[in-house]
Amino acid sequence: MRARVAHIASNTFREAVRDRVLYNLIAFAVLLSGAAILVGQISVDIEKLVVINLGLTAVSLFGIVIAIFIGIGLVSKEIEKRTLYTVLSRPVRRWEFIVGKFFGLAGTLVVNTFFMAIGVFAALFYVSHKFVRADGLILVALYFIVLEFLIICSLALLFSSFSSPLLSAVFAFSLFVIGSFAEDLRGFAGMAHGITRWLVTGAAYLVPNFSAFNIVSSIAHEQPVAAQLILHNTLYALFYAAMALSGAVLIFENRNLK
Amino acid sequence: MPAIEILGLEKTYLVGFWRKRPKCALHPLHLQVEDGEIFGFLGPNGAGKTTTLKLLMGLVFPTSGSARILGKEWTDPEVKAQIGFLPEQPYFYDHLTAHELLNYYAQLSGVPPKERSRRVDRTLQRVGLKDVHGVQLRKFSKGMLQRAGIAQAILHEPRLVFFDEPMSGLDPIGRREVRDLMEQLKQEGKTVFFSTHILSDAEALCDRVAIIHKGELRGVGAIADLTSSVQGKVEIVWHSTQVPASMKALGADCHITGDTVRAIIDENQQDAAIDALRRERLRLIALTPVRTSLEAYFVEKLQRAETSAGRTV
Amino acid sequence: MNRRKTSWVAAACLLCSLLASAILLRHSDKIRPQSTLREVLYINSPQFLKRASLGYSGLLADIYWTRAVQYFGSRHHDEAKSYDLLAPLLELTTQLDPHLIVAYEFGASFLAPPAPSGAGQPDRAIQLMEYGIKNNRDDWKLYYDLGFVYYMNLKDYPKAADAFERGSMIPNAHPFMRVLAAQMAQHAGEFDTARMLWSATYQNSQDKQIRTNAVEHLRALRVDETVTQLQQAVTRFGGRTGRLPASMSELVTAEGLPRVPVDPDGHPYKLTAEGRVEVRVPDDFPFATKGLPPGYTPIPKFHYQEQ
Repeated sequence: MRARVAHIASNTFREAVRDRVLYNLIAFAVLLSGAAILVGQISVDIEKLVVINLGLTAVSLFGIVIAIFIGIGLVSKEIEKRTLYTVLSRPVRRWEFIVGKFFGLAGTLVVNTFFMAIGVFAALFYVSHKFVRADGLILVALYFIVLEFLIICSLALLFSSFSSPLLSAVFAFSLFVIGSFAEDLRGFAGMAHGITRWLVTGAAYLVPNFSAFNIVSSIAHEQPVAAQLILHNTLYALFYAAMALSGAVLIFENRNLK
Repeated sequence: MPAIEILGLEKTYLVGFWRKRPKCALHPLHLQVEDGEIFGFLGPNGAGKTTTLKLLMGLVFPTSGSARILGKEWTDPEVKAQIGFLPEQPYFYDHLTAHELLNYYAQLSGVPPKERSRRVDRTLQRVGLKDVHGVQLRKFSKGMLQRAGIAQAILHEPRLVFFDEPMSGLDPIGRREVRDLMEQLKQEGKTVFFSTHILSDAEALCDRVAIIHKGELRGVGAIADLTSSVQGKVEIVWHSTQVPASMKALGADCHITGDTVRAIIDENQQDAAIDALRRERLRLIALTPVRTSLEAYFVEKLQRAETSAGRTV
Repeated sequence: MNRRKTSWVAAACLLCSLLASAILLRHSDKIRPQSTLREVLYINSPQFLKRASLGYSGLLADIYWTRAVQYFGSRHHDEAKSYDLLAPLLELTTQLDPHLIVAYEFGASFLAPPAPSGAGQPDRAIQLMEYGIKNNRDDWKLYYDLGFVYYMNLKDYPKAADAFERGSMIPNAHPFMRVLAAQMAQHAGEFDTARMLWSATYQNSQDKQIRTNAVEHLRALRVDETVTQLQQAVTRFGGRTGRLPASMSELVTAEGLPRVPVDPDGHPYKLTAEGRVEVRVPDDFPFATKGLPPGYTPIPKFHYQEQ
């Protein structure tokens, strides 16, 4: 059972890599080096700030785009191309397929982020010429970004299990945007009345809450991160991803594959 | 024990914008396939052949009914280890090579790691895809893809294979090879269940066939039985450039082609005909019972269903 | 594991994870109070943010405005002593959308007053108003807000007069702008002027918090006014009789008043043994400066509930 999940995961990873997804790293590298060099020349005392802000934002955005664009096709493309039929004619459970796809996509993103992280630190070294202890916070920010990816992957997979690629992309992207303002949504819910209040509160808890994961600006100012927050975010990401994946499994197990 | 027992499998879809209109893709089907035979599942396009296969594979869930495959419930995952499936017009992961694809499938089928490489090589050789190292599947021609599809279906040495339109898109040589392969599988004691709308393939290969049309079973049986001579006529072929008077006297319907004459006569006239030829010293080439072709049987079954009173689908 | 069993397991897992994530979210509010709001302190360049929002700066302004309102409201409810994020939030809101007039009004009402009723930053409030005026030259209300801050919090009557004067010259300005300009010159510190200003604030705003605040101030003004008058009556009584009145009723009869005066809540004022006029429930009038027991510190909480 575990072996099959691992095989599906590694196959997903291989497909993504061969599909030249890692070429995005080139675009990323170009962007970051350009910015680092430009900022180094302008030298307005905020080079480090810019590199950290720009670098981490780019890691986040590139990753979200990849997560959505690969994720939405994970199931629907396989159905469309009928590769799924030959897979499911083997002793593979449907849920193993979903879980394997998730790990494959997540793995792709982790590898991608790893290379990007090297790029960020390289750019940072270029503008600062040294590393300080506070730069370790960048690793925490990157870790939170990876947790965000896990959530987005699980959502993309959820939508892919029942919806067309285009709609899945729209839903996943919308949830990403709403999730970034989810904290405000909960605030709005507090101010509403009656049934609206219940509906909005429900929505605010259902959408992914990314507010706690966005520490880019604060770590750029070298504000420390509480260990409790790290634990909290890890648990939240795991539970949320589990929720979305359970939904995907539930849908996929009961879906007629016409 | 029959290899496949279909016990009333039925599938009705709800179509329309509000999913209210029922559309029956498969009426309750009862069918049995014996162990070790090649079974043809025939029908025009849209008859329900693929629906039946998808139901058996567990890709689609039946509205009612069940099936047993190799003695077990068709939903039992252990069954999957012993069957192989080739879907219609398969398509595979673009960026893998044939070796990687089959290796992946072998992994999923639970082939032990030590065995995998050997099996993959052997299967590729068997389907005629030996020299494709390093070529990604997206560069494969249609025929090559079909062979790859067959390869993944037989890779793990299943006892029962399901082929959906295995000859589609193949040139005559390819079709011949697939036919030979299917014969080989039968020699190995495997059961083959394949669907097609090409009757000549079925005629050449199958022990038994079933005919399905608009979701309903129209006929099942051995080919010989279905096309057995109902007319009681024989065809006599002899070497000549003209028709002798004695043959004309039998009231035969004669056709001359080059230096061969063919005539259709009644069964009970065949002795008289042979005597006539001997008297004229003409060389007898062949004497065969006239069989209804499978095609005629097929068309007749379909037409009868169309005009049958009260039958609506 | 067949399909049905897998489905049940998946459904159970879904519900459990949902609950767990909801619980975690509630917990997170405790461990990072207002961190998202604090982020506003790190936005060095609102112009950059405006560009980065890709033309959706209006929406972003609305979000920051809502955050500012919630920030103030929740802290006010919790009787906080400082509102250090209010100014950055309002400034960012107006940078993103300079035409969001209500943000300037809010600043006038709550940035300028001293803690704990407000942020205690009248200078920043002035800056905000000036910025608003610069970007909305045709809106007389901003001049009103400017003058209001000068009058109420800085007690700078000439500058207040100037602001009301400038505002009165805008076409469509409310007539009372001219009146207020004149009042500043002569009766700057008096009850009527203050009452006029708070009434104007109440009438011209739709924001619930601003209106409630104005009403509280009006109630306090009534109390201050009445207590002042009553206290003067006590002094007069003492001058006539050489002693303090024995009770409020005696004072009322001596002054020829129809009945014992009541505060805006309908409770009669009381007369202490030492001859002080006091309200019965000081907590109900957080902005009153007279009629309070000695040593009493008001709690700046809104008691008045607007229907």
